[in-house]
Amino acid sequence: MSDVSDGDAVIEVRDVRYSIGGRPIFDGLNITARRGRITAFMGPSGTGKTTLLRLITGQSQPESGSVKVFGREVSGLSHAGLFALRRRMGMLFQNGALLTDLDVYENVAFPLRAHTKLPEPLVRQLVLTKLHAVGLRGAARLMPSELSGGMARRVALARAIVMDPEILIYDEPFVGLDPISMGVICRLIKQMNEALGITSIVVSHDVQELATIAHDSFLLSGGKVVASGTPEELARSALPEVKQFMAGLADGPVAFHYPAQDYRSELLDDAEAK
Amino acid sequence: MSAANDNVAAAALRKIGSVTLFFFQILARIAPALAKPGLIIKQIYNAGARSLVIVMLSGMFVGMVLGLLGFDVFQRFGSEDYVGVLAALGNLKVLGPVLTALLFAGRAGTSLTSEIGLMKSTEQLTAMQMMAVDPVRYVVVPRFLGGFLSMPLLAATFTLIALYGAQLIGVQQMGVDAGAYWSQTQNAVHLRDVWEGVVKSLVFGIAVNLVAVYEGYHSEPTPEGVGLATTRTVVISSVLVLLLNYLLTAAFLTKN
Repeated sequence: MSDVSDGDAVIEVRDVRYSIGGRPIFDGLNITARRGRITAFMGPSGTGKTTLLRLITGQSQPESGSVKVFGREVSGLSHAGLFALRRRMGMLFQNGALLTDLDVYENVAFPLRAHTKLPEPLVRQLVLTKLHAVGLRGAARLMPSELSGGMARRVALARAIVMDPEILIYDEPFVGLDPISMGVICRLIKQMNEALGITSIVVSHDVQELATIAHDSFLLSGGKVVASGTPEELARSALPEVKQFMAGLADGPVAFHYPAQDYRSELLDDAEAK
Repeated sequence: MSAANDNVAAAALRKIGSVTLFFFQILARIAPALAKPGLIIKQIYNAGARSLVIVMLSGMFVGMVLGLLGFDVFQRFGSEDYVGVLAALGNLKVLGPVLTALLFAGRAGTSLTSEIGLMKSTEQLTAMQMMAVDPVRYVVVPRFLGGFLSMPLLAATFTLIALYGAQLIGVQQMGVDAGAYWSQTQNAVHLRDVWEGVVKSLVFGIAVNLVAVYEGYHSEPTPEGVGLATTRTVVISSVLVLLLNYLLTAAFLTKN
């Protein structure tokens, strides 16, 4: 896994502890994402993948441990420092999170208008270039409500790259997409990484899709990284947690049954009560 | 005091504190938000212009009822000429600002809350934060200001139409002498009565819009949460308007 020196680490998560409402989400989490690579965070639902993104982007603070982005401790940043950091990041939300009162063009232009005083012709060129890159230049004047799920996510991707970020974060980019849209998003993630050299973080549980694009993968379970490596290495792993997840087995370390009292005695108790 | 009471009191205090802090957050961002007047104008249209029809319609009916009530009451004392005074003072000082604020809470306040709540539940506000854009400045402040500026304009519209409605009943239908009607009104109504209505509508404008944007911004990011927040907006802002109306009415009376 560590054939590249840690000097290339863009995101470093060390010994992070985090809990929500007394329930521990992470306990001793360690993760490294390196420059120019596509790093995948995988894991069953409820393992805190989205929470991890919140820690990296400074929306939440860890109880202990450290989260460093570009070598700087995220929790130590001021409000202005955090916003400066976020300008170097782009994020693609699960459902796009497009601003519903703006059309596609204005959505993509939004970060430019908020942060720069570029003349309108230049804004137009930038927006159209990014929209063209995701294949939606023709949809510039549509409203978000007129877009399909896949299109909305592509517009959101255009918006995420319009400020030329160094890190691009994808939160569950494949959820609820048909195979064609899924393929399109997959190809775009790869393209953005290769053509623009953007360090990419993909959070997902779509093992097959990730295997085709990710350079490094981390499998989260029970608040820790249970396995890491290339997708092929994970596929060959003998660990039961990894096997269950990669092969999609119904039962294993993640039990099929929600904890309950003994089946037989519960049924018999019911019968006796009558 | 029992523990349960303590908790209710503590929760109420916490909420008041949280709303106050949010208000200061809004105030601190008003100057930067003015740099984009287009956003505010859009919200004046959304909150103000779109409430115009119900406000005008309600104003007409309220004015007409005041005309009927005034005629009914004053007729018993043989002083129908005073119908105009009742209508003018009632509308300017109380009914105009109060009813406008209540209608506004139901029409514009709810839509503010549900719009902001929906933006929150679809991660639009988080997306803004991730784009290093402050959602309070871009989403909350323009809506608050738009609503706040609309309120006195709507209240003025309501009052004018209500005065016309009262005149329609008092003079046109019940046959009160127009000269007596208007001269009594002119004698009785002072500038400070108009001022009372203006101050009230400004205060209600802050109250209703603050509650609406606060509830939306702090709603649970789920469909159920947005629904509950919308209900809270109507309930809290209506009660608040009536309470503030009492306090302001009392304050203006003692001042005179």
